Amino acid sequence: MKILVCISHVPDTTSKIQFTSDGKSLDTTGIQFVINPYDEFALTRALWFKEKEGGSVTVVNVGKANTEPTLRKALAIGADDAIRIDAEPTDGFAVASELISLIATEKYDLVIMGRESIDYNGTQVPGMVAALLDWPFVNACVGMEVEGGVATCIREIDGGKETVKASLPMIVAGQKGLVEEKDLRIPNMRGIMTARTKPLKVIPSISNEVATEAIKFERPAGKQACKMVSSDDVKALVDLLHNEAKAI
Amino acid sequence: MNQESNVKGGEFIIKETQANQVFIPEEFSEEQTMMAQATTEFVDREVWPNKHRFEKKDYAFTLSLLKQTGELGLLGIYVPEQYGGLGMGFNTSMLVCDRISGATGSLSTAYGAHTGIGILPILLYGNEEQKLKYLPKLASGEWIGAYCLTEPGAGSDANSGKTKAVPSSDGKSFSITGQKMWISNAGYADLFIVFARIEEDKNITGFIVEKGTAGISMGEEEDKMGIKASSTRQVFFNDVVVPAENLLGERNGGFKIAMNALNVGRIKLAAACLDANRRIITESVNYANNRHQFNQPIAQFGAIKQKLARMAMKHWISETATYRAGQDIENQIASFEAQGLSPQQAKLKGVEEYAIECAILKVHASEAASYIADEGVQIFGGMGYSADAKMESAYRDVRIARIYEGTNEINRMLTVGMMLKKAMKGELNLIGPAMSVGKELMEIPSFDLPDADTLFAEEKDSLKNLKKAFLMVAGKAVEKFGMHVEEEQEILMAAADMLMEIYHLESGILRAEKIMAMGKDASLQTDMLRLFWLEAVEKIASAGREAIYSFAEGDEQTVMLMGLKRFTKIRHNINVKDVRRRVADKLIAENKYCF
Ligand SMILES: Cc1cc2nc3c(=O)[nH]c(=O)nc-3n(C[C@H](O)[C@H](O)[C@H](O)COP(=O)(O)OP(=O)(O)OC[C@H]3O[C@@H](n4cnc5c(N)ncnc54)[C@H](O)[C@@H]3O)c2cc1C
Ligand SMILES: Cc1cc2nc3c(=O)[nH]c(=O)nc-3n(C[C@H](O)[C@H](O)[C@H](O)COP(=O)(O)OP(=O)(O)OC[C@H]3O[C@@H](n4cnc5c(N)ncnc54)[C@H](O)[C@@H]3O)c2cc1C
Repeated sequence: MKILVCISHVPDTTSKIQFTSDGKSLDTTGIQFVINPYDEFALTRALWFKEKEGGSVTVVNVGKANTEPTLRKALAIGADDAIRIDAEPTDGFAVASELISLIATEKYDLVIMGRESIDYNGTQVPGMVAALLDWPFVNACVGMEVEGGVATCIREIDGGKETVKASLPMIVAGQKGLVEEKDLRIPNMRGIMTARTKPLKVIPSISNEVATEAIKFERPAGKQACKMVSSDDVKALVDLLHNEAKAI
Repeated sequence: MNQESNVKGGEFIIKETQANQVFIPEEFSEEQTMMAQATTEFVDREVWPNKHRFEKKDYAFTLSLLKQTGELGLLGIYVPEQYGGLGMGFNTSMLVCDRISGATGSLSTAYGAHTGIGILPILLYGNEEQKLKYLPKLASGEWIGAYCLTEPGAGSDANSGKTKAVPSSDGKSFSITGQKMWISNAGYADLFIVFARIEEDKNITGFIVEKGTAGISMGEEEDKMGIKASSTRQVFFNDVVVPAENLLGERNGGFKIAMNALNVGRIKLAAACLDANRRIITESVNYANNRHQFNQPIAQFGAIKQKLARMAMKHWISETATYRAGQDIENQIASFEAQGLSPQQAKLKGVEEYAIECAILKVHASEAASYIADEGVQIFGGMGYSADAKMESAYRDVRIARIYEGTNEINRMLTVGMMLKKAMKGELNLIGPAMSVGKELMEIPSFDLPDADTLFAEEKDSLKNLKKAFLMVAGKAVEKFGMHVEEEQEILMAAADMLMEIYHLESGILRAEKIMAMGKDASLQTDMLRLFWLEAVEKIASAGREAIYSFAEGDEQTVMLMGLKRFTKIRHNINVKDVRRRVADKLIAENKYCF
């Protein structure tokens, strides 16, 4: 099976988010970037497929040169080769537009993405790619097996789970359940050393689709201090709700 | 990264080093960083959440973690590829040792005993057969190693051991009999490096002994203050027959092996303190941010900020000096190899060259870590004293660092002793500089001000003077006592303190300078460096006075004290309170150690 895993390069979850002074982009100083956690589940599942059934695992990122360490980490974890599509991922549609021509020309059997990129949380790319290619798509996938070119996938739905079948090639947007946290692999030292000998191909951007533009970012207002009102002082409560919170 | 260091071991005291001659942690490559991060990921996932298990003396858990580190490749990081390792450089092995050691002293000790003093004697002194036979098993973690030097009657005086190795009449084997004590990893070791004396040899000899050999038995696990899940036992050897081919290095050469393994052990121990520091600082800031008293987070109190800033400063300085020396060693090894030495010889001589720095780092890092753990407990208040919080075990664990790999007293004396020996052998020109300091004392002090336009002009000028203070005190002491100065331990201790501060201060200045040269902001690093500078100057002044009082009298004393005053003068006072607050505020904002 020829598998592609799409990797988004995101700030570590413990990062303190700040914006540049013009408010138009994320201030990346001091921020550590990692493989998008959802994509790590995807990558691990892809490696299991490869180890059980043979085939290859390629990782791809749409981004500039600064994302290469993230791709090399994916190589250290076990991917065979990496591709960077040299474009600024300005929005989900831009990313999807870049990915489709690669996927179509390379004829992957299976493309596994994460359900969501934890930087901008768009949850746009997988569905868009599937729609643009007109391929089957399973979102929020928590388990999958492939037999004879047909995938049986379990996906999370409101209040339960649904089992669906689709034939390859297809797009899957995965999450925890595809593999568990304990299955995620820490790259071993030898893996890290061989990562530098594995191919990392940079291909030029092929589309200049820009559908949206960021005008301004702002942080949510901080939480207000909590005011305690004595349980028998209803009047004070009403007073606060009316005059201060202006809720009633 | 491969800057050629032309400053040899111990030479920092007489030479000026430039920023482009030192390595700083900001220069670790992507690959090294990835290795460090993978190691941290392992610790965060497998070790840190299970910290309580170590306190319950779960030795099996420590062993299982060692095996896992083997699978990740962390045990063989420094072992050459032809012996099953990864063949990474010295400083990379330091980096991994740093990151693996942060969560608990139990794993830190087990890892250190295995990769440091366990593997190194074979790596550095083993013959080809021994290396091929044992290193792959040790590098993968299939076998665990232990190092048996200490005996009930031979601790600091390691060469005085009573364990005997009696050669068989056909010369094909040795029979080892004796008692070893405080042996880390003993409970689960598969291989023992054992030091024993053959006949009436002057020195001990090293042997490789496999676990299954008849006649080996163990004492109970020691009931220790800390590092509770690192196995520590007595090991008894009763007529243990070892084939002659398991003799390590040369007969009568064991003391040298023991000392060279310890050189590496010492600098590695400095590295092993670092991630514990980071974790303690992070836990402390986090606690201080969340704990409210008097209606505000305790992190907002100046008394707490001052602690946080000093903790960060001490760690930063320790880290700086550790990786500086680590890279100096790596470069020295490369340069010896380029000169035609075998890789094995180069590794050996490379570390030996910087033995003084290794001892300095061990003492300074273990004391900084003790301070940091102690203040960590303090910031946690009552919770710091509770075994439910992570500080209590950290506080107990760190205590051993001042005792093993040579006690801090032994290491202090070694630093100065080794320096004097180098001078006697003509490898280090201390006499010339010491004489010119002597002359300078008799002259009218120079009123030249440091060039205010150069970066850190004042700090560098002060550094130069601090070196003079050391040369003055050590020079006069040697003049007075000759080689008998070794009996004047109090003076040696004071001189060692001066040396340590100087090496660390220089490292700090050069790091801040180099960060700036990289075009990065180093304002808070500069703050930490200045804090350290002020404290170093105070320490050097007080150590210097103590030494001078104890051997100089009358006019000589007066002249020396005036000299010391001149050499420890700081021209511009700094508002330390503000400086500390800036450093602390950054930690508080980031809610973690962040430099
Ligand atoms: C410099 C820069 C500027 C940006 N500006 C904007 C902006 O102005 N507005 C905005 O909304 N977003 C912006 N982004 C974010 C970018 O759109 C997202 O990072 C992401 O690439 C796509 O959107 P998404 O959140 O819909 O991803 P999702 O659909 O949530 O991601 C789902 C999955 O798609 C795949 N995927 C996502 N992104 C990539 C990628 N880049 N390469 C490969 N696979 C990927 C992954 O498998 C991921 O798990 C910017 C990013 C950068 C680096
Ligand atoms: C947990 C633990 C693990 C250990 N692991 C190992 C191991 O794996 N392998 C191994 O071989 N050893 C190991 N050791 C032994 C350790 O290296 C020794 O404990 C250490 O070297 C000190 O020796 P000692 O305990 O005999 O103390 P002593 O030598 O008796 O020292 C007692 C005190 O006297 C001081 N002192 C001694 N000599 C002098 C002197 N000449 N001048 C001034 N002061 C002096 C010391 O500094 C110290 O303060 C371990 C010890 C412990 C506690």
